[in-house]
Amino acid sequence: MVETTDNSAVLALRPGDVVVLSRDGLDALISALREADYDVTGPTVRNAAIVLGPVSSTSDLPVGYRDEQSAGRYRVVKEDDERCFQWAVGPGSWKGEFFPSKQEQWRAVRSGETYTFVEPRFESPSLAIFGARPCEVAAIGVLDKVLSQGTYGDARYVSRRRDLFVVVAECGAPASTCFCTSMGTGPGASDGFDLSLSEISDAGGHRFVVRVGSERGGAILSTVARERASSEDLVARERLLEDAETTMSRRMPSGIAAVLAHSQESPRWSEIAERCLSCANCTLVCPTCFCSDVHDVTDLSGAVIRERTWSSCFDLEHSYLHGGSVRASGGSRYRQWMTHKLSTWWDQFDASGCVGCGRCIAWCPVGIDITEEAALFEQDAQLPEPEASAR
Amino acid sequence: MSVAATHTRPTLAVWKFASCDGCQLSLLDCEEELLALAEAVHIAHFTEMTRTSVSGPYDVSLVEGSITTPEDAERIKEIRANSRRLVAIGACATAGGIQGLRNFAASGDYAGTVYAHPQYLSTLDTSTPISEHVTVDFELHGCPIDKGQLLEVLLASLAGRRPVITGHSLCQECKSRDTVCLLVTGEGACLGPVTRAGCGALCPSVGRACFGCFGPSDTANTASLAARLANDGATELQISRLFRTFNANAPAFLAESRAHESTEVAVHFSASRIVRRP
Ligand code: SF4
Ligand code: SF4
Ligand code: SF4
Ligand code: SF4
Repeated sequence: MVETTDNSAVLALRPGDVVVLSRDGLDALISALREADYDVTGPTVRNAAIVLGPVSSTSDLPVGYRDEQSAGRYRVVKEDDERCFQWAVGPGSWKGEFFPSKQEQWRAVRSGETYTFVEPRFESPSLAIFGARPCEVAAIGVLDKVLSQGTYGDARYVSRRRDLFVVVAECGAPASTCFCTSMGTGPGASDGFDLSLSEISDAGGHRFVVRVGSERGGAILSTVARERASSEDLVARERLLEDAETTMSRRMPSGIAAVLAHSQESPRWSEIAERCLSCANCTLVCPTCFCSDVHDVTDLSGAVIRERTWSSCFDLEHSYLHGGSVRASGGSRYRQWMTHKLSTWWDQFDASGCVGCGRCIAWCPVGIDITEEAALFEQDAQLPEPEASAR
Repeated sequence: MSVAATHTRPTLAVWKFASCDGCQLSLLDCEEELLALAEAVHIAHFTEMTRTSVSGPYDVSLVEGSITTPEDAERIKEIRANSRRLVAIGACATAGGIQGLRNFAASGDYAGTVYAHPQYLSTLDTSTPISEHVTVDFELHGCPIDKGQLLEVLLASLAGRRPVITGHSLCQECKSRDTVCLLVTGEGACLGPVTRAGCGALCPSVGRACFGCFGPSDTANTASLAARLANDGATELQISRLFRTFNANAPAFLAESRAHESTEVAVHFSASRIVRRP
């Protein structure tokens, strides 16, 4: 058991404090969260991937796993490694926790000639997300703008989001698909967390540098055996993040919002459409895509149920108006996705709709790469305008 | 007076053409809802359930199976004339089914292989979907259909609303239930990206790649998926076969299997003939 050598053992830890936990300490943190009645959800290995699920101890984490990702390809590999966070991101994002793929909005129950409207009550234990990546925390910030701020918040989202406890795990092993550096969302975490972990494994041993981001983060960490962070620990964390940045090979061009705003008629859209399957995987794995469909169904008792399901701009029904779909071509659908993520999202929510997690690249069955396409659009924009051609 | 007004409840009829009965049995599979359904509709003709048959006209006819004989080509017209709404159910009724493989073979080739005395058979050279013969009000896909979707079509009919049934890709159902993608993890050659949703991603959820039994989605880009499969090492023969199963004659799948057709496919057909023992 690690002796508590930190003076703050008597005083609660405060935002900005930095301590070091052993793996046992991390287990104690998980237990403390569970004792405080949090539903602790985090990464775990299932079906050849790192997915999200309940976490009751560090042995539920992907200990010794790393992921290999490239366009249209994802593999997990088990190695003889004590580290828990040597991988980037899996297919599932925390979006599903706040914004489930299917949700009843209300039902109208019939008795005789009258209907009674019943709204579901959204009550669930407080959620602690354990080991979220900085880009994923940024994505929750983006979703907040869409689903909880503004005039009409989404009731379920707001209730699940309200008491969210965030334990972020800074990135030491970005995948080849990652480009958070160019989106300003990682690999280090700057805000939006209660506690931030950086996993170190060097001559000084296997440990977690933990930064406190909130009062309640400090309070819960104060109950756990820990050590004061040394200057070596702080340097090791800096090195971890620097190495992560150097390994990140993909990037998003910085002026892409303006470039796309002027690329609406580009022939590139139909070229991409030859490859694009309109399968919607990119939008559904994206941690910020929020599109949904609402429909009313009936049952044999005469009740009417209004339900909301995930949808996507790759879906023909998504742009269906009387008489047909507005976005009938594959090119127009891909244009909607890419332009919304990187350009019109700014107009709508004063933010980028992309945080650089790379999921849409890895989980696209045909490996269409949003950064590669963006670079081509940028290149086109730098070429002299072609002579007015027959459109 | 309208047909419906002569009965207190709408009438339902279930018809069979060339098929295995699996789709119509989906109605009996609706075990929990069956009694309530039997109260809401009058099941007037359904030989898998009862020998009693009430004559038409019918409010809703569910039609299973494909058209493979001259008699059936006539019978479907009578059923159409006797039905206010006609719903084609299953891969046979919507795309010609697995028996639609005969459309790729020379006339009588399969019959000669399977039957000892094919001269007693009277069949058409092709197996075709119901929509090639009469107007169809709604098509329910799958081999077999999904009982939830069947119920939804019936409920929608009863309420006079559009059924909530989509034509988008199966991948959306995988993602909605957190099934990890088999194609991207290298676990299977999955047809999900070009296949219509509806089964709830049944196969991928148990680790089996989708083999397209719901037929092409609304926006199926089969050529791009085929290129990916070839890149993963699939041969032309394998790709052609992948698209040539239950929905071999659905236009998007037909075009793709033809694009990868090689002499090998034809050779394989004759080599696979069943050798009859005396
Ligand atoms: S657009 Fe792609 S890289 Fe950007 S946040 Fe969405 S899934 Fe991640
Ligand atoms: S990119 Fe498409 S699915 Fe995503 S939020 Fe925009 S319109 Fe919706
Ligand atoms: S970009 Fe890829 S994942 Fe997205 S719809 Fe097209 S093929 Fe599917
Ligand atoms: S397993 Fe198949 S259906 Fe599911 S997402 Fe992957 S490609 Fe699509």
